Amino acid sequence: MSVRITGLSRRFNGQAALDDVSLEIARGEFTALLGPSGSGKTTLLRVLAGLDFPDAGLVEIDGRDVGQVPARERRVGVVFQHYALFRHMSVAENVAFGLRVRPRATRPAAAEIDRRVRELLELVQIPELAGRFPDQCSGGQRQRIALARALAIEPLLLLLDEPFAALDAVVRKDVRRWVRGLHDRLGITTILVTHDQEEALELADRVAVLDRGRLAQFAPPATLLEAPATAFVAGFLGEASCIPARLSGGRLESPLPGLAAPPAWPDGALRLFLRPHEVAVEAGPGPGLVRMVHPSLGAGTRVVLELEGHVLEGVVPPGLPVPERGGPCGLRALAATAFHEDGSRARLA
Amino acid sequence: MTARPRAATADPPWLAGLLIGAALAVAGVVLVLPLAAVFTESLRRGWEVAWEAIIEPDAVSAMQLTLLVAAIAVPVNTLGGIAAAWAIARCDFPGRRLLVTLIELPFSVSPVISGLVYVLLFGAQGYFGPWLAAHDIQILFALPGLVLATIFVTFPFVARTLIPLMQEQGQAEEEAALTLGANTWQILWHVTLPKIRWALLAGILLCNARAMGEFGAVAVVSGHIRGQTNTMPLHVEILYNEYMFVGAFAVASLLALLGLITLGAKTALEILSRSRMGSHA
Repeated sequence: MSVRITGLSRRFNGQAALDDVSLEIARGEFTALLGPSGSGKTTLLRVLAGLDFPDAGLVEIDGRDVGQVPARERRVGVVFQHYALFRHMSVAENVAFGLRVRPRATRPAAAEIDRRVRELLELVQIPELAGRFPDQCSGGQRQRIALARALAIEPLLLLLDEPFAALDAVVRKDVRRWVRGLHDRLGITTILVTHDQEEALELADRVAVLDRGRLAQFAPPATLLEAPATAFVAGFLGEASCIPARLSGGRLESPLPGLAAPPAWPDGALRLFLRPHEVAVEAGPGPGLVRMVHPSLGAGTRVVLELEGHVLEGVVPPGLPVPERGGPCGLRALAATAFHEDGSRARLA
Repeated sequence: MTARPRAATADPPWLAGLLIGAALAVAGVVLVLPLAAVFTESLRRGWEVAWEAIIEPDAVSAMQLTLLVAAIAVPVNTLGGIAAAWAIARCDFPGRRLLVTLIELPFSVSPVISGLVYVLLFGAQGYFGPWLAAHDIQILFALPGLVLATIFVTFPFVARTLIPLMQEQGQAEEEAALTLGANTWQILWHVTLPKIRWALLAGILLCNARAMGEFGAVAVVSGHIRGQTNTMPLHVEILYNEYMFVGAFAVASLLALLGLITLGAKTALEILSRSRMGSHA
């Protein structure tokens, strides 16, 4: 179902957690809300679930204003960060909960509930855990239980609040792909809240980047990386380093050689964002000081270096000599994304 | 003796021995000895004499009254304690801190004063005394007074055991239940109460032990009418003051036994809850 958020604001003790956020999510889309802690993404999720109420703005789910609809009638399935499973209930009872609490008129018969629970547990591939208690299950299993429980109410919208944060790194990647696969099979509109850009970029059709309660950019992952709308997005995504620079008299004054001034920009302060592969590092004398060297397979050697007090990451192309830690190195920018203090953006090369 | 590796934080053996010995000695002198004395004193002149003191009509009526007062006060305080703990742990409202402090009030003032407050309110000279007398309602020197005084004194037990637990548990499970379509009563019954059930039972048992044993507040409002408003602790005092030591100690033994059973039930509950938790871990 489609979700439309218009002009949503929420303040806590005078602090804006959400500041005039507007978004439109298509039916069946997988969207990520991405941002650092305190950016308002969890507040937005709670507002969508009906667990928190906005000070201003409109939330429509499938064309219906849900402002006055209580959480329990919204049919929004939530997988909570720490899963919030009912500890005193078995796995099957957890999954059955949403069906058993329905009013008598719409509640399925006991046998039908049992059948649905079995189906759901098979869907999330843990039918053997039905009789266990949550404490007896691993983190990955608990996440599947939480997902099955949320799916039991046949949600119009599925919200996932940092669902992978409690899993260890190896399990996380598998579970991530499995969740995306499940979404593609069921087609439920899904919103994922995360602070992990890798997760958001890999899973989502579109990513909404939140910066201190404001929507910074809402775009497909590739667009976010290629054309970040604000300096915040450029800095938050894709491991970019930030270097200050100046334009004066049409000339670019930057500690980094190799970049031409953007044409037709007024004089003023700039910020340059450079991804590691946009900074070429070479062994030998130069302005850079090598802080760390970490070899990697194929794509050259990553080097963390210091340049006039700024920390940068660069790459030594494969086959060339690698500078030593603590020694000097030369460097050159191959490309950069520049933001002018007036907000305009340009790609430099 | 073979040398056993000691944990770095372990105290030297002589110090540990001294502390354990001291703790056991204090517990023995202060806790076990008086209790043992009560039981031996009551049996000094044999089972029969003690038994007769217990089945004597005034003693039986004191027992019935004690159980009746506890049977009213404990459920009232259970409901009130759950409501107070719920409000304090779940809601943020003006006066929340004041409420937390108020809950401790019965612990911090002497029970005698709690009793006197009821005298001040409902006594013949009290604020509501004339009105009550005009409507022929007896509160002081009757069951309602005993129940009110007991409720006041034992109110903190349930609330105090629940508040820290509910604050620590948070309300993520309640929110999950809400998004799954549960209404307030379903959440309370299927989610919140099961989460706190062991602590709640422990609080109820402590509340019950104190309700049966309460002396000070009850002594003020009872009026000591034998066979009518005497609870077990008051009956023990009367017998003792009349130099009927065997009777006094026999009833005291029974009262102590009720307390011990309650304490035993609470301990059993804790062991049970821990093993339940363990089996789910």
